[in-house]
Amino acid sequence: MEQNKNTILEIHDLSISFRMYDSRFEQTELKVISDLYLSVSPGEIVAVAGASGSGKSLLASAVLGLLPANASLSGHIHYKGQELTPELQKNLRGGGIALVPQSVEFLDPLMKVRSQTGGRDKAKTAERTRVFKRLGLPDDTENLYPFELSGGMARRVLVSTAMLSSAELIIADEPTPGMSLEQSLQALTMFRELAREGRAIILITHDIDLAFEFADRVAVFYAGTTVETAPASDFKQGPRALRHPYSKALWEALPQNSFRPIPGSQPYPGDLPKGCLFAPRCPMRTAECMEHVPPVRQIRGGEVRCFYGS
Amino acid sequence: MRGRFFNLCSALIKNGMKILSLLLAVSIIAFVLVTLSPIDPVQQYILGLGTAISQEQREEIEEYWGVGEPPVECYINWLTNVLRGDLGVSSLYRRPVADIIGERFLSSLALMVSSWLLSGIIGFSIGCLMGMRHGRFLDRFLKKVCYILSSVPTFWLGLVLLLVFSVWLGWFPIGFSSPIGVLSGDVTFGQRLYHLVLPAFTLSLMSFPNIALHTRQKLVEVLESDYVLFARARGEGNWDILRRHGIRNILMPAVTLQFTSFAELFGGSVMAENVFSYPGLGSAVAAAGLNSDVPLLLGITLFSTLFVCVGNMVADLLYAAIDPRVREAVE
Amino acid sequence: MKRLNRRTRLLILTAVTAAALICMYVLGLAIPDEAVEGSFLEAGEPPSFEHIFGTDSLGRDLFTRTIKGLSLSITVGLVASAVSAVIAILVGLAAATGIKGIDGFINWLIDLTMGVPHTILIILISFALGRGFTGLLAGIAATHWCSLARLIRGEVLQLRSQQYVAISRKLGKSNRWILAHHLLPHLVPQLLVGLVLMFPHAILHEASISFLGFGLPPEQPAIGIILSESMRYLSAGMWWPAVLPGAALVLLVLLVDKLGDELKMILDPYSAQE
Repeated sequence: MEQNKNTILEIHDLSISFRMYDSRFEQTELKVISDLYLSVSPGEIVAVAGASGSGKSLLASAVLGLLPANASLSGHIHYKGQELTPELQKNLRGGGIALVPQSVEFLDPLMKVRSQTGGRDKAKTAERTRVFKRLGLPDDTENLYPFELSGGMARRVLVSTAMLSSAELIIADEPTPGMSLEQSLQALTMFRELAREGRAIILITHDIDLAFEFADRVAVFYAGTTVETAPASDFKQGPRALRHPYSKALWEALPQNSFRPIPGSQPYPGDLPKGCLFAPRCPMRTAECMEHVPPVRQIRGGEVRCFYGS
Repeated sequence: MRGRFFNLCSALIKNGMKILSLLLAVSIIAFVLVTLSPIDPVQQYILGLGTAISQEQREEIEEYWGVGEPPVECYINWLTNVLRGDLGVSSLYRRPVADIIGERFLSSLALMVSSWLLSGIIGFSIGCLMGMRHGRFLDRFLKKVCYILSSVPTFWLGLVLLLVFSVWLGWFPIGFSSPIGVLSGDVTFGQRLYHLVLPAFTLSLMSFPNIALHTRQKLVEVLESDYVLFARARGEGNWDILRRHGIRNILMPAVTLQFTSFAELFGGSVMAENVFSYPGLGSAVAAAGLNSDVPLLLGITLFSTLFVCVGNMVADLLYAAIDPRVREAVE
Repeated sequence: MKRLNRRTRLLILTAVTAAALICMYVLGLAIPDEAVEGSFLEAGEPPSFEHIFGTDSLGRDLFTRTIKGLSLSITVGLVASAVSAVIAILVGLAAATGIKGIDGFINWLIDLTMGVPHTILIILISFALGRGFTGLLAGIAATHWCSLARLIRGEVLQLRSQQYVAISRKLGKSNRWILAHHLLPHLVPQLLVGLVLMFPHAILHEASISFLGFGLPPEQPAIGIILSESMRYLSAGMWWPAVLPGAALVLLVLLVDKLGDELKMILDPYSAQE
């Protein structure tokens, strides 16, 4: 497969299934992510947007090689043009790829912040002081236990771990919920700064507004697949600039637009439709949509997985 | 800092009050139970002392037990004596009960402490091993072993070990905490240790499955936690995870559990001491019950209650003193 | 269809375990006392085809004695667990009445019962009742109710806060009606499982205490007594009176444990669905 040397991460046809045990003797496969694609280049922020249950959070685990034992993965992930093998993933954890997790639950409750952000090493301490200052964290934050942090502080500490790393790819999983608008803007500004340093950033979020506002490109997830990736500017322009009926519907559903929800609901991973995953809810569907999975097509500088996308 | 000290003190006082109330209740219940017994304590006592008993001694005994007085007064009489440190005289050993308890407790303590540490260390290590390998063959195998061991009565395990190591292999003596025919003052530390090994090992085998299964469970929870996922994402390997996050999060619950297991430990030592004829409190309490030595029976009952309660209190305080979250919540 | 199969399989397994226990019990009762009487000609024989557990120093067949002992253990276990369960129900329900003083007192009572090592408490109770069989039963019953009582208390408190209970109350149903229609259906399975899980502990305690010499006269074939006697001949190399009856006891305990686990899987809808 042809690889773009400029991208940090490229994902093609990624599928993830879970083996679930109904009972001691039966097992079923739950396909949580199907035929997903995504790419991100240095200095770029790609927002991954989608409703909960669209498989966003699993993406980070898949890239880092931290899926639970009962998950199986197919497809291709390339890091800087190299096939991402378990050995490579092992080297990249704590190195080339950093994760910014969702909540304070991701910090060891019995370990002070210091030990979880580099420890007592002299160089690390200096670096931490600098980063904490930049994030507006009080000086004694490093002496606190995670339960002593406020929600906003905890999130900034989590962001600091990525800033303290030398990672070229940062995957941030829902970094903003629970923050005030001001704090969210602040956090996202930090991500922009990280991107300016030449790092690539994947911003997983269900806050579509913020995604439009801050990302360079937006990838829309639906039921575990990418239905469209497009420059963020297209989303600001509105449905006419968009390519996939789901992206359009998502835009319509925003409060500041017509606030009109799409009827129906996302399919359950154990019960996926045969053809296009969005077909059962799509106003434009045809018999073909119900039978075949549409290929990814390049349209006007974006990509869309739809027979009729324009 | 001052607040923390104050809190520890108030917890100490609260616990102390509870222990006192429990001890008082146990003293009442125990006294009522021995009074209810068809076996008349004073009669048995005098029988136990044998026929060579002077009228003077008899009166002394009857006064101690308050013979002829109503039960409540009997009890108060006895309690006052106990509070003054006079637990009465054992008819079996013909010595003051307080002395016997003091002496035998040291023997029992050596046995209990060694097996407590041994079972704690073995249990914790095996629990960690099982947790790290959870779901694999080794884990399932060790889990089976733990379940089977917890279905084995202590005394039978002791019998089998005695049979194998003392009778067949001849590695260890068959009984007594010191060689027969040697004065207790001349017994060396090495000899004591030699007689301690099998009973301590038996007792540890009985109590380690509990701590191992508990540790395993806690470690599995930790390994499946979000913070371990994040630690892995930052490049920590299995060993780092266990060292940095696992032990940190599971050691305290395990230590606390060990402290709350004093009742089982004491109960187990009663059985082990009887199998190995080890001269501790456990063999004394069985002998006291069988020979109707009421003062000794009551004395050991109170003492063992105190022992268990102190263990529970230490567990409580330890938890409050060490876990930063509890510490904070109390302040 | 498959779930049904699995459930059926579980039921069959449970039935087999229960049948094995019942067999042991009935066999023990059916063996006449005369069968246990031995002859000195056969004293101290190691296991053979004739006496698969060997004979003891009085020439009694150890296998028959063991079976009788196990049957006795089952009796003690059943009676003591049942009595313990009744205590647990009463205490647990009382604690869950919601009256603060009672709840506090019962917690204290549980601390009290857990505060004395059980072996000591059983010795004490046994002594109080004249060191006989009743004392043994009472002692075991008095020491095993705590965890089940706690479980019941928690369960009732949780049920009481359920909306359907609150609605029944609003509809004017009496406490007794609520107890019978809402609480008991939830509690009975829990109780049954708790009872079976208590059983092995009771059996182990029975063996321990009779090993120490309390409870049963020495000529009775209790496992504890057989093992206690065996100690005297251990140094002479007579291993079978110590090893085999004890192993049989362990087998019994494991069987009962297994029965408890199986019942739990059948009765507890949560774990049964997994």
